[in-house]
This record gives sequence, C-alpha cells and structure tokens, in this order.
Amino acid sequence: MTNSSSDGGANAETNVIDVRDVTMRYGDRLIQSNLNFPIRRGDIFVIMGGSGCGKSTLLKHMIGLQQPAAGEILVEGKNFFTATPEQQLAMRRNWGITYQLGGLFSDLTLAENIAVPLQQYTQFSVAEIRDTAAYKLALVGLAGFDDFYPAEISGGMQKRAALARAIALDPELLFFDEPSAGLDPLSSQRLDELIVQIRESMGGTVVIVTHELASIFAIATNSVFLDADSKTQLDYGPPRELLHNSEHEVVRRFLARGEKP
Amino acid sequence: MQSGSANNSTTEATFSVRANAGTALIELIGSWRAASVSALPSATHLIETIDAEKCTRWEFQPGADFAWDSACMTRLFLCARHCEQQNIEFDVSALPAGINKLLTVASAVKPQDKQDAARIGVLQRIRNGARSLKKYVVDFLGFVGAVILALIKLCSNRANMRARDFFYFVEQCGPQALGIVALIAVLVGMILAYLGSVQLRQFGAEVYVANLVTLGMVREMGALMTAVIMAGRTGAAYAAQLGTMQANEEIDAITTLGISPVEYLVLPRMLALVAVMPLLCIFADVLGLVGGALVATGMDVSFTQFISQARVSVGFDDIATGVFKSIVFAILIAIAGCQAGLQSGRSSAAVGQATTRAVVNAIVYLVIADAALNILYDKLQL
Repeated sequence: MTNSSSDGGANAETNVIDVRDVTMRYGDRLIQSNLNFPIRRGDIFVIMGGSGCGKSTLLKHMIGLQQPAAGEILVEGKNFFTATPEQQLAMRRNWGITYQLGGLFSDLTLAENIAVPLQQYTQFSVAEIRDTAAYKLALVGLAGFDDFYPAEISGGMQKRAALARAIALDPELLFFDEPSAGLDPLSSQRLDELIVQIRESMGGTVVIVTHELASIFAIATNSVFLDADSKTQLDYGPPRELLHNSEHEVVRRFLARGEKP
Repeated sequence: MQSGSANNSTTEATFSVRANAGTALIELIGSWRAASVSALPSATHLIETIDAEKCTRWEFQPGADFAWDSACMTRLFLCARHCEQQNIEFDVSALPAGINKLLTVASAVKPQDKQDAARIGVLQRIRNGARSLKKYVVDFLGFVGAVILALIKLCSNRANMRARDFFYFVEQCGPQALGIVALIAVLVGMILAYLGSVQLRQFGAEVYVANLVTLGMVREMGALMTAVIMAGRTGAAYAAQLGTMQANEEIDAITTLGISPVEYLVLPRMLALVAVMPLLCIFADVLGLVGGALVATGMDVSFTQFISQARVSVGFDDIATGVFKSIVFAILIAIAGCQAGLQSGRSSAAVGQATTRAVVNAIVYLVIADAALNILYDKLQL
C-alpha cells in the first residue's frame, strides 16, 4: 500500500474518486446539485466554499455515511452504496478519515484509539499493535502520549492524534473534515505540513474540506468550489489559478478574502 | 502506494547483520510489509540480534526485493529510539527516501516522559479515600445549598426560570411515565397479595390480605416503587441532558451569560418532579390495590370484602405519609440527577459515568430517606 512507487507510472485509472451528477439533500432541503468532478490519484484535493454550503456533507457522501439523493460517487470505480458488504469493508479499509471534532473515542487512550482499526482489519499481535501505535503517534509528534486520554490533551494534539488513527492502516485515501478548525495558525500550519509529508512519503490521495485560505494555498494541488447561493459547484481547478482566472467573481473574492485579487 | 509487482510481496522478510569495525551493516531482504506481518521479524528480535554485535553504529541497507510499509517503519522507528537511548549512531540513508523522511518526522518531537504512577501505600489510600468521601459530602451539601438559595430567589420571584421549561418537564416525567408506573404498581400489588395470603391462610385470616396490600402500597411501596422508576427514567435523563450540555460547553455559556445554571436548569426539573411525583404515587397506590384485589378475588376473598377491608384499614394519615415520602423522593432524585449532570466531565465517557452515578446515588438516597422517614413516623406515632 505505501512505498516507493508513489509516482507509480501512468496508471490506467487516474481518477480515484468520480463525482457524477450528484445531488445532495437533507429531507426536502436541497444542499447541492449537479456536482460533477473527478479527484485524480496523488492529488491533495480541497473542497472549499463558504460556511454551510455543504462541504462536509459532500465528504460524508464520499465516505459512505450518507447516500446521494441523485447521481453517484465512484471511489476506485466502485459505488459504495451498490457494493457488496465485503467490497464495502475493503473500501473502508483503504480510507483514513479525521472528523471535524476529532472523533477520538473518549473512553480509550490514544494508543487504544489507534489500536481499534488495527484490531478490526489486521491480525497484528498485541505487541505489534502497541509498537505500531507508538510509531504512528511519534509520526504526528505525540511520542510518549500513548497512555493519555483524549480529554487530557489539547485540541491541536487531538487533531494530530486523530490523524495518527486515520493513518494506522496506511490508507490510500485520506479524508480530512476541517482539519484546522479551532487551531492556531502555527498548529494549523504544522498539521498542513504533516499532511503533506505523510502523503509524500506514503503516497496516496488526500481530500480536505476546509475554508482556511492559508491551508488551501499551501497544500492544495486541485480544488472544487461549492457555492451556497446557487447550490452547485462554481469552479474546479488548482486554487492559485482560480484566484486569478476564475470566471466567477464569488470564487475570486473568496480566494482573495474579499479583496480585489 | 500501488504495491509493486504482486509476486514481490510473497518474498519472505529476512535480515542479515555483519559487524565491521564497530559498524553493524544490516541488510533488509524481502517484503517488510503488514500483509506478511506474522512472518516479519519482531522489533525486539531485530534489536536484540543487532545489539549482540555490540556496535556503535547501525547502518541499514536495502537487500534483494526490499519492499516496505508501516510495519517496516514501526521496526525502524523502534530501532532508532533504541539507538538514541544507547548512544548508537543510526544510519538509514541507504534506504528509500520515503523511509528517511518518515523517520525524520517521527523523531522530530522528543518523546514525552512517561510518568510512572507513584506507589501508593495503605495509609495514603485511606487518606485518599477519606478525602474523596469529604469531597463527596461537601459537593452534595454545596449543591443542596445552591438549590435552596435558588428556591428562595424563586419565592421572591427573582429566579431565572422559564415557566415553559417547567411545563415541558412536567409533561416529560408525568403523563409519559404513566404506563410503566401502572405496570409496576399492579405487579407489586399482586406480589404483596400473594405473599400475604400464603401467610394469612395459615391463621384463616385471608381477608386481612386487603389490609396488608392497602397499607403496604399506600404507606410504602407506592411511593418507593414510583421513586425507583423515576430515578431510572427521569433522574438518568436529567444527568444525561445536563452532562451533554456540560460537554458541549452549554453550561459555561449559561454561566457566562450571568444566568445561574441551578436556577435555569435545575429548578424547572426539580419542581416538575415535585409536582408530578405525588400524583404518580397516588396513581400507583390505586393500581396497586387493583392488583391486590385481582389476586385476592382469586383466593376466596370477594371484591366487596376486599374494598370494605381496604377502606377501614387506611386513614388520611396513611395516605399523607405516602404522599409526603414521594415529595421527599422527588427532591432527592432531582438532586442526584442534576448534580451528577452538572458536575460531569466533558467527554462522552464522562456523561455515561454521570448517568450511572445519578441512578446509583438516587437509589441510595431513596432508601436512606425512606428508612429515616419510617423511624420518624414511628416516633411521631403517625
């Protein structure tokens, strides 16, 4: 799953995720419609847009927590909702996800949190799991915090611990829901660097939901912009290009923080 | 991240160590991947084998068919940590760039020192126990005091309590609890009747089953069983609601808005329970009698006999003692539930603990209060 061949040569299947004509609703309320875009392998892909436009909802659709009202999302060519239970399990094994509020299990220590996916999907021995947890925690800068409970560490550390759990199985696809929400600029920048470093050394594709401009420009290689007013995607492309060349004023203003680009 | 060619992954992972002038040359051969983890040399084995060479420098090299993932990284990371502790030079520059980068990231932050839990002696344990008991009592009395202050403010009409909340909680703990209270009360009445009739039959005094059931329900079981149900149903709900509000920082928000959480959150809940419990208690008394009568009529005591015996056996005093008990119980349940909720920790696990504590405390309070009230009634000859 990891390793040397991250540059992997020309892969026949270059789109890891394909969003096709997707419409999302909560009950009768329309969130977004006519979403159409691919996410290419190896990208750090940002889903951006104003608050409440449905970014996180789109992420929840991608990871199979919610079903699109119309259209389909193909991950590695497979639609999660029509896949067999075995296929679904195999798909989930390849995903690492961090949630907006961390999603760490509060009654487990950090090491036990990381052990959960390992116990679920591998035949690792107890010692192996302990060692892997220690390594993953060190990777996110939390060496020695194995026996701490989530409530005993700061918010930034919780975010990093959640990242450690997400990469426990060396997933090919990493999803982040607002990774920098609630973090100070330096912690947020450190987390961004960590995401880039981990992606560079282990390969894989990263999908991030965020509205932090600093993050967007620092790490995104491609992006999609969801608009809350027209309830559809306004633009697709690398954020730096969109900043200057987007046809939509909303997108340019968003990326320039309201100022004239 | 795509695995190399598939046949590679079947190569067994092995390593060789060559010592050369203080340098251990370690060659990693084959597929060091999680998929073949059972076949991978363990980290301890790896470290011990290399350590046996007593070198001051470990140099890792990729051997034939070398492939890696986190399983390999875990081992290298532990080797690196071992080397750092033993002042051994650690060199992986010959391994793939990804490994080097990850190891740099992983060792960038110094590990937090693990604090060994200090050994606790027996005396210290007793002292800790006494301290937590004291804290428990102080917390309880403090909370009761806060509630009394809030009640005083309420009487002078200065308390921050919304009437709407009060009615909402009345609805929650009154009408919606009728079903379960009815079921339990009928069954308890039946149990009392069975128990009594078996004993009384020996003296040919079966007709006194009515007295036993009536007195038992009205003075004791009606109030107590309703209270136990409400402790499990409403007390737990209060603790869970307030605990979740604590975890969401809603309690902090209320406090910083200058509103007393005790007035705003505890008062409506407690008053609702106090308003509803006496009614539920009387309801349970009546249904308990119905249950008793059902059993008694099956045992040669006619329904009219049962009713007339029941009427002479209880007076207004008996009903009043039961109802008074239920008011005391209502206050105790509300205090146990709300205190556990407000003093809950801020995680989902803590909310669970708060709920448990609410129910356990409530039931302990109930039984103690019941015993105390019975002694009091006895002394007062009520």
